Amino acid sequence: MADSTTNPEIGLTTVDGKPLKEALAYAQTRARRRAFLLVLPLLLFILVTFILPIGQMLHRSVYNDGFTTHHDLGTRVDTPIMVNLAAWFDENPLGVEPDEAAYAALVTDLIELKRLRAPGSAGTRINYGLSGSRSLFTQGARKAGKLQAPFKEALIGVSPKWENPKLWQVMRSASSSYTGAFYLAAVDRTQDASGNVEQVEDNRRVYVKLFGRTLGVSLLITFLTFLLAYPIAHLLATLPLRYSNLLMIFVLLPFWTSLLVRTTSWMILLQSQGVLNDAMVGSGLLNEANRIQMMYNKTGTIIAMTHILLPFMVLPLYSVMRPINPSYVRAARSLGATSWTAFRRIYFPQTVPGIGAGALLVFILAVGYYITPALVGGADGTLISNLIAFHMTKSLNWSMAAALASLLLAGILILYWLYDRLVGIDNLKLG
Amino acid sequence: MKKTLILTTALTGFAFAASAAEVTVMSWGGSYTKSQVEAYHKPFTAETGITVNSVDSDNPATPIKAQVEAGNVTVDVADVEFSDAIRLCDEGLLETIDQSMLPAAPDGTSAADDFIEGALQDCAVANIVWSTVFAYNSANNDGTPTTIADFFDLEKFPGKRGLRKSAKATLEMALMADGVPAAEVYGQLESAEGVDRAFAKLDEIKAEIVWWEAGAQPPQLLADGEVVMSTAYNGRIFNAAIAENQPLVVVWDGQILDFDLFVVPKGAPNKEEAMKFIAFSTDTQRLADQASWISYGPARKSSGAMVGLYSDGKTPMAEHMPTAAANLGNALVNNFEFWVDHDAELNERFNAWLAN
Repeated sequence: MADSTTNPEIGLTTVDGKPLKEALAYAQTRARRRAFLLVLPLLLFILVTFILPIGQMLHRSVYNDGFTTHHDLGTRVDTPIMVNLAAWFDENPLGVEPDEAAYAALVTDLIELKRLRAPGSAGTRINYGLSGSRSLFTQGARKAGKLQAPFKEALIGVSPKWENPKLWQVMRSASSSYTGAFYLAAVDRTQDASGNVEQVEDNRRVYVKLFGRTLGVSLLITFLTFLLAYPIAHLLATLPLRYSNLLMIFVLLPFWTSLLVRTTSWMILLQSQGVLNDAMVGSGLLNEANRIQMMYNKTGTIIAMTHILLPFMVLPLYSVMRPINPSYVRAARSLGATSWTAFRRIYFPQTVPGIGAGALLVFILAVGYYITPALVGGADGTLISNLIAFHMTKSLNWSMAAALASLLLAGILILYWLYDRLVGIDNLKLG
Repeated sequence: MKKTLILTTALTGFAFAASAAEVTVMSWGGSYTKSQVEAYHKPFTAETGITVNSVDSDNPATPIKAQVEAGNVTVDVADVEFSDAIRLCDEGLLETIDQSMLPAAPDGTSAADDFIEGALQDCAVANIVWSTVFAYNSANNDGTPTTIADFFDLEKFPGKRGLRKSAKATLEMALMADGVPAAEVYGQLESAEGVDRAFAKLDEIKAEIVWWEAGAQPPQLLADGEVVMSTAYNGRIFNAAIAENQPLVVVWDGQILDFDLFVVPKGAPNKEEAMKFIAFSTDTQRLADQASWISYGPARKSSGAMVGLYSDGKTPMAEHMPTAAANLGNALVNNFEFWVDHDAELNERFNAWLAN
C-alpha cells in the first residue's frame, strides 16, 4: 500500500492525491483507447471492403434512378429527367386514364431526353418492367420534336404501344427512384396495370424455384459432407500423431489446390467420355450406349461441391474431437453401456459444437457458391448465384442482381438466427 | 530506405513516361486477341510509336460499364458485340466517334460507303463480321449433317449437342431448324406463338444438350467427343481445324452473322490515342490483315478482295469467311434492335425454361 493512502473524505487515493476510482477509470480509458486504436485498421478495412459494399448493394436493390435522373458521365452533371410526367403522376392518382395533359408532358420529356441523349437509359429502366419498351423510347424521342397537338393521337400514331396501361403503370412506378419492383421480380411477382401484385406467367417463373433448389442442394451437401467428414475426423483424432499427420496432409492438400483445378478434375473424371465412364465401359459394367451422365447436371454439382467443401467440415470436427478424453467412453463401457450407447450418449454430444461450426460454414459457403455450379451444373444444376452473376455480367441489370443477393443474404441471416435459437451460437467451435 | 526511394521514383518516372504514349485495348482473348495483336497492335506501334497494352475479358462490355460508373476507367478501346455497343452508347457510357476521321478506301470510296451497312454507329466502329454456326467432329459422326435441321434431328444423328447458354442465337436457330425462313425469324420471335414454337423445338433436344459459355469450350467439347455437334463462333472452329488439325467441320446453313465493334469508354485516359488506334486498325489493309489470322470477315467491303492466305501460308481464307457467297445460302443477320429490346424478357424465359 505504498502508492495509495486513505483520505476519509474521498476514500482511497493514489500517491499524487488523485482518488483511486478516478485514476482507475483513467487508466482503463487509456487501455481501451489503445485497444481501439489497435483494431482500428481492421475496423476500417471491414468498413470499406465489407459494410460499405453491402450497404451500397442493399441500396441499389431499391434504388434505380434510370427514369428520374440523367448522369452525364463526361461532365459529371446530373439532370433530372421526365419531370413533367412525374408531376402529372403526382397530381393524378393510380387509376386515372392518361389524358392529353399526360401525353403532352410525356412528349415534352421525350424532347428533353433527345437533347440529353438519354432515351436509351430511360428506356432501359422501363424495359425492366415491360419488355419491348426500350425501342419505344429511342424511337419516340427521335420523332417527338416533330409531333403536333393533340399529342395523345400523335404519339399513339408513332406506336400503338404507348396506349398500353401496363406501360403507364411501369412509368409511374419508375418515376420515383425508390421502388420495390426489383424485389417483386426477384420472387417472380409483378404489378398489373392497376398496381395489384400478381405472379408472372408460368413460363417465366424461375427465381423462387432456384432459391428453393439452392437451399435444397446446400442442405444436401452439408449433410453429405457431415456423413463423410465425421469418420475421417474421428480417425484423424484417434490415430497416433505420426499417422494422423500424414492423413491430415491428404485432407489439406486438396484444400490448398486451386478451386478451378479441382472442379475441372471432376469434369475429366465424370464426363460421359471421362475416366470413370471409360473404366466402366472397358470393364464391361456398362455398354457404350448407356454411359452415365454425371457431369453438367445436378449430380455433378453435388459431387464436386461436396468434395470441395469437405475440409470445411473435417477441420472443425477434428478440432473438437482431438481433445475429447478417451477415458470417458471407456468409463461408459465399463459401466455397462453398449458401444452404440457410449457413442450416442458420451462421444457424440461432445462433438456437437464442431458439427454446428462445420455445418454452418459448409452451408453458408454452399448457398453462395458460384463457379462450380457454373462450370459443371449444366441446366438443372444451376443455383441462384448463377442468376445473380447473369444479371451482373450479362443483362447488366444490377438492381435485380442486388435484390436477389439481398434476399439471399436475408435468408442466410434468418437461418443463422434460427441456428442461434435452436443450438446456440455459443456452442460453436471453429478450432 | 534511400535506395527504395530512388527505385520507386525511377519507376514512377517510367510509368509516367510510358503513359505519355500508350493505349489499352480490351478484347476477348484466345486466338481472336492474337489476330488483333498481329494485325493491329504491332503495326500500330511500329508506325506511331504508341505502345498498345492488350487486356482480355470474357465480355469486355461488362468491365466497361463497371469502370465508367465507378469513374475509374483504365481501358481506352474495347471490342464489344453489337447489341452491347448500342446499349452502352444509349446509356451514355461511350464516347461518340467522329466518323470523318476514318480513312477512305484505297480507291477513294469514303469510309461511310466502304463499311458494310450498320458497321458504323454513333459510338462504335465495326472491325469484323463473325458468325454463330454449328460444327461437328467428322470422326464421331456417321453421316454428314448439312442443314440446321440436322442439328435438331436426334434420330438421324444421335448424340449430345453443345449450345451456348443464352437465348440469343439459340432461339433463332431453333426456328430456322423448324423451317422458318431466315427473313421471317425475328417477325416470329416478336410474337408469343413464335417464341413458344422456338422453345418447343428446343424441347426436342433438351435432354441431350451440353451448355457452354466461353468461346473456347465448343472446339474442346467436340474434340473430346463429349458432344457430336455444337454451335460455336466460326473462327474458333477454324483455328481448331486448321491450326490444330482437329477433324472439325463447319456447317454454314443457318449461320447467324454479327459484328464486333470497337468502342471508347467515356473518360478513357488516352482518348486521343484510342481514336488514332481505331482509325488505324479499321483501315482497309489492317482489316484484311486480320483475316489472315482468324476466319472472321472484315467489316469493309474494300478489304474483301485483299484477303489472302491464312498465316500458315497455304490455306486460302476466302472460303472460310462467314461472308463468302457460298456460305450465305441460308444466313441470318443478328437483329440488334430486337435483342436490345427483348434481351431481358427472352433470357428470363430462357432461364426459367432451363431450370424446369
